[in-house]
Amino acid sequence: MLCTLAVEPSSRAAPEHDAELVQALRAGDETAFMELVERYQAQMLRIARMYVATQAVAEEVVQEAWVGVLKGLDAFEGRSSLRTWIFRILVNIAKTRGVREKRSTPFSSLWSPEGDEPAVEPGRFLPEGDRWAHHWADAPTSWEGVPEDRLLSAETLARIHGVIEALPPNQREVIRMRDVLGWSSREVRNALDISETNQRVLLHRARSKVRRALEDYLSEAP
Amino acid sequence: MSAHDRDMDCDELVELVTDYLEEALEASERARLEEHLAGCDGCTAYLDQMRTTIRLTGMLTGREVPVEGREELLRVFRAWRSGSTS
Repeated sequence: MLCTLAVEPSSRAAPEHDAELVQALRAGDETAFMELVERYQAQMLRIARMYVATQAVAEEVVQEAWVGVLKGLDAFEGRSSLRTWIFRILVNIAKTRGVREKRSTPFSSLWSPEGDEPAVEPGRFLPEGDRWAHHWADAPTSWEGVPEDRLLSAETLARIHGVIEALPPNQREVIRMRDVLGWSSREVRNALDISETNQRVLLHRARSKVRRALEDYLSEAP
Repeated sequence: MSAHDRDMDCDELVELVTDYLEEALEASERARLEEHLAGCDGCTAYLDQMRTTIRLTGMLTGREVPVEGREELLRVFRAWRSGSTS
């Protein structure tokens, strides 16, 4: 299992190590390539799957993307981060495949937030007609009194993980990239070829749901 | 535009929190939001909760279960390498 790795391989995958990593890849360093594969493969598959009809096609898309990455390596100039560049290649290939499949929904709708999703249940605010309408009826309470041990417990983190897994794919991928993996907003926009606004709304909805779940969880007795 | 003339409501603030944290608000909107925060304990707690939420989400490892196909990709890599070095 991957979990038994003693050394976190991620350090080399952060943008500040891009030059080093690209150099290793160009030199034919197999370990560097497999680190990259292990780091991004699952994420690439999930994203590819959003564009194409079957898991099998998504797997082909990912494979094709890696070939594209290797072939393009000499031309990689570092104007974007390596990970942004890899995902942009993936998304372009996925779109081409998706088009060939004659899918009915446009790709732009994949990343556009749909409908209305209030960050907080409307019932938490005072209703129209009240002197303080639109202000808290049931205000959130500070978490300052919650011990750090509890906040950082495996159980709390498992809750967060569970909520993220259950999000719609577009919200899930955006919050993973931004808040779990630490990508910048610009990296995410460029990697997925989405607008700043869509990215922010998806992030907002995802974060709001995680906060809500944490509020429920932390209000239970420890 | 009319929103600029009046004080911010709590149910408006909770929808602007991400724009605020992303520094995507216009100066006038940011000022309205901060003015509201200064007088509202509930929203101050809400913003703190959101910051804590982001911090805790950042504690997840992001590590994933490895997927199939590593050997195949290793072959792809070796083929590329032999092609590129010849």
